[in-house]
Amino acid sequence: MKRTTKTVTKRSVKTMKQPIQRILIANRGEIARRVIQACKELNIETVAIYSDVDKYSPHVLDADMAVEIGPAPPTESYLNMDRIIAVARETRCQAIHPGYGFLAENAEFARRCVSEGILFIGPTPEAMALVGNKLKARQTVMQAGVPIIPGMQTRTQQDTDLEKIVQQIGFPIMIKAAAGGGGKGMRIVREFKELQPALEASQREARSAFGDDTVYLEKFIERPRHVEVQVLADAHGNIVHLFERECSIQRRHQKIVEESPSPALDPDLRQKMGETACRVMEAVGYTNAGTVEFLLDADKNFYFLEVNARIQVEHPVTELVTGIDLVKQQIRIAAGEPLPFSQEQIQQKGHAIECRIYAEDPENQFLPSIGKLIYVQEPQGAGIRCDSGIYSRMEVTHHYDPILSKVIVWDQNREAAIARMLHALSHYVILGIQTPIPFLIDLLSHPEFRSGNLHTHFLEEHFSGWKPRAQESERALAIAIAAFMDSRPRKTTVVSEEQRMPTPWESLGRWELLS
Amino acid sequence: MNRIESRINPNSREFKENKAHMEALVAELKERVAQVKKGGPPHLHEAHKKRGKLFVRERLKLLFDPNTPFLELSPLAAWDMYNNEAPSAGIITGIGVVHKREVMVVAHDATVKGGTYFPMTIKKHIRAQEIAMQNRLPCIYLVDSGGIFLPYQSETFPDRDHFGRIFYNQARMSAEGIPQIAVVLGSSTAGGAYQPAMSDEVVIVRKRGTIYIGGPPLVKAATGEVVTDEELGGADVHARISGVADHYALDEPHAFEITRNIVENLGPAQKFELDRSEPEDPYYDPEELYGIIPKDIRKPFDIREVIARIVDGSRFQEFKALYGQTLVCGFARIMGYPVGILANNGVLFSESSLKGAHFIELCTQRKIPLVFLQNITGFIVGKEYEHRGIAKDGAKLVHAVANAQVPKFTVIIGGSYGAGNYGMCGRAYDPRLLWMWPSGRISVMGGEQAADVLVTVKKRSMEKKGIQVSEAELARLREETLAKYEQEASPYYSTARLWDDGILDPLDTRNALALAISMSLNAPIPDQKYGVFRM
Repeated sequence: MKRTTKTVTKRSVKTMKQPIQRILIANRGEIARRVIQACKELNIETVAIYSDVDKYSPHVLDADMAVEIGPAPPTESYLNMDRIIAVARETRCQAIHPGYGFLAENAEFARRCVSEGILFIGPTPEAMALVGNKLKARQTVMQAGVPIIPGMQTRTQQDTDLEKIVQQIGFPIMIKAAAGGGGKGMRIVREFKELQPALEASQREARSAFGDDTVYLEKFIERPRHVEVQVLADAHGNIVHLFERECSIQRRHQKIVEESPSPALDPDLRQKMGETACRVMEAVGYTNAGTVEFLLDADKNFYFLEVNARIQVEHPVTELVTGIDLVKQQIRIAAGEPLPFSQEQIQQKGHAIECRIYAEDPENQFLPSIGKLIYVQEPQGAGIRCDSGIYSRMEVTHHYDPILSKVIVWDQNREAAIARMLHALSHYVILGIQTPIPFLIDLLSHPEFRSGNLHTHFLEEHFSGWKPRAQESERALAIAIAAFMDSRPRKTTVVSEEQRMPTPWESLGRWELLS
Repeated sequence: MNRIESRINPNSREFKENKAHMEALVAELKERVAQVKKGGPPHLHEAHKKRGKLFVRERLKLLFDPNTPFLELSPLAAWDMYNNEAPSAGIITGIGVVHKREVMVVAHDATVKGGTYFPMTIKKHIRAQEIAMQNRLPCIYLVDSGGIFLPYQSETFPDRDHFGRIFYNQARMSAEGIPQIAVVLGSSTAGGAYQPAMSDEVVIVRKRGTIYIGGPPLVKAATGEVVTDEELGGADVHARISGVADHYALDEPHAFEITRNIVENLGPAQKFELDRSEPEDPYYDPEELYGIIPKDIRKPFDIREVIARIVDGSRFQEFKALYGQTLVCGFARIMGYPVGILANNGVLFSESSLKGAHFIELCTQRKIPLVFLQNITGFIVGKEYEHRGIAKDGAKLVHAVANAQVPKFTVIIGGSYGAGNYGMCGRAYDPRLLWMWPSGRISVMGGEQAADVLVTVKKRSMEKKGIQVSEAELARLREETLAKYEQEASPYYSTARLWDDGILDPLDTRNALALAISMSLNAPIPDQKYGVFRM
């Protein structure tokens, strides 16, 4: 789509003349490595930053240069704008890639970069601020004719227009307390005659729970799917979408499995959602890579949720089905280059699935699991990609997002991709901490998953109280063996140097008596 | 393990006085060491440099891995001896790291009387070899020596532990598979020629190194033949003709490159594995050691305060805390290595001796290195104690110490008197290393006691002969004895004569012990021969 120039803040043409030679990556873990890879392929030098606990992290080793920026707490390191900008200046970086999380959607940071003359690889601060304000974003896209979840607010029960409003929204309807949460005051209403009593009950509950009887009517979407559309927009007014990703498998709003294409979409709907996503981005004046999130109901109605103004964790899924390197595109767009393809040239081919590997214990309410990784062996083979931020003997700390790595597979169709993912997961060895790999294997093997009947409450419905199957004892045995091999005294000749605790002769450094 | 609870008051007057006193002692020590580290007089340094040779301490820098520790031995050897003309006894010895291996280095300082051997030079050289042998450390000899210092030939040539012992040791170590490497950087004359000749591998520097049994003057005197140094025994002669040397170096840096390559090819050390924990700094500030050691070392203090400032996390698992309390025994860790510590907290009674013997047996059985912290006036004396057999109980402790097969390390932090020195692993009991603190005193008994004994003996023997000794004469004898003991008990008197391996700044004790323990693991700890029995 070619957008009208009035909504576009064109980047200065100056950036075109000076190609980016060096980029600071203001992130850690797998995404920092992903960005470094893209930079290397574009022959751009990379500067990694790290907190003191990340000194031996792989992203530090991957980068051309690495600078320690502070202690472990994110506010003192990866969120420390002053320090990061100072490092970018000291190391003469022309641009900063924020990855995801941390400062990625911080409009203030983007603004600071711009005012310091450093390219921020992402949308303009203005667009970021706009999409960051959910209310304003909704108003803006609504004016552009993008559907949002119908709803209204009501204060009193004397609302005479109630019937009219309810008809606009359509049943079923969800009543929510405006002040509240935790299910207090919540009612689902499926027929008009239930409405009045339910409203009264809700308001009573809301008043006693929150001291405020304001309630809120919203269309209740049963078993919704989370479907999002990847968009690329350059500074020359070109906007394209790279089709959808379905991310319905979530726990506490955290995505776990993502795939493309979505089994729920047909070509017409796909095209309609893609075009709508582009319209959203146009309306908010967005540039660079971004994602438009929608809820999709059982009747194939979709509603705008929000814009993710960053490269997303699940971007590899889109990369595998379209063959387009999103990170490289981000850098090119930031450098002022026009998109090298039109909408028609972008194809969605085959099927890709991503599983996120978190440091968490699926047997213990998915609570964080930290410690030393005794052994790591990544899955390999045709159609398997592993974006990883870990290695054997690395320490996993509690300081940051628990994502360790992502396994992404591609095959010709969904069924084959699921089989390939099961193969990859069962060949992924991570010993020393708990990971959801056995859970993911059970999830992908589930008949409802295989048949594509997904929705955002899928896990609550099918997997509450999940327990590993018996063969987990084999895993326990493997851990025991690995731990034993690790602790066993070895002949000095076979102990690899980095595995041994350093002797004082190695650790003291330059030292002499009485000096 | 529980942490020792410190009870000191760093704000007390006493603490501050002690601290000031120890600071002065350490300042004096540092000044003296800095002085001897300069080696010989400036004009000899210049002559040395003109010959294109590096100062011995610069040579060490080229030899060792960068940024690694160097544990020098007895830098103050020959202090106040030989008119102070032999700083460090003209030889540097110590343990350093070459290609990650801990090695013993023996290096002549040619700016000190041409690197010739004084009696203390020999003692220091042999002590270094003894340490190398006990701990299986490869030996590297940096040779630049004219041989024996002829004026002292009678004290350097003939006896068992004189010059000949150096080559005996080389032969024995070579047989045991402890590498012997010589780097000939200057003269290697007469007896000195055997240092390279007895080595496994020899590096020689072109136009600088010479090896010969008799130098040009001796050759001329003996046969009338006139030859130059180079013709007689230069690098070309030995690398090309005689085969005395194996590696031909173009200059000193090249020689050290070759030497490092030789060590690299020895492969990694087979170190004995001890159960090691993650090292942890002491919980209490080691700097407080200065204020803990009393200005007057005869005053009692709690030795646990010292232990707390040396061991990991100040953690100490005391053994038999309620029994024989004048000897504190217990387990701790130093930079992660397990140790058994025996430390004096008063005079040794029968109970303390038995406790010490029992504890040593535990450590030897479990292969835990022993650390002795000496501050001991001796075993208890008196009728009651003799009747109760203090001699045989003391003997048990001495027995256990003498036979303990684990690495032993001794630090004399206060007094070291009489048989107490033996029971607490004095020099004769073969600790792998023994150090003194500047506060240490060592003699057969305290000066006061010795003076009293001598005066009594003198009086009695004169009385037998019917001679009346004047009080003035007795007072003079007393004063003389006190002065002599005062001088001879000094740590400088001790370290000058190699009764120890050096004087430590108390703050260096922890690092020195850790390096020493790690070094000692180059030799396996053998099984102990006796079982644990209660005595």
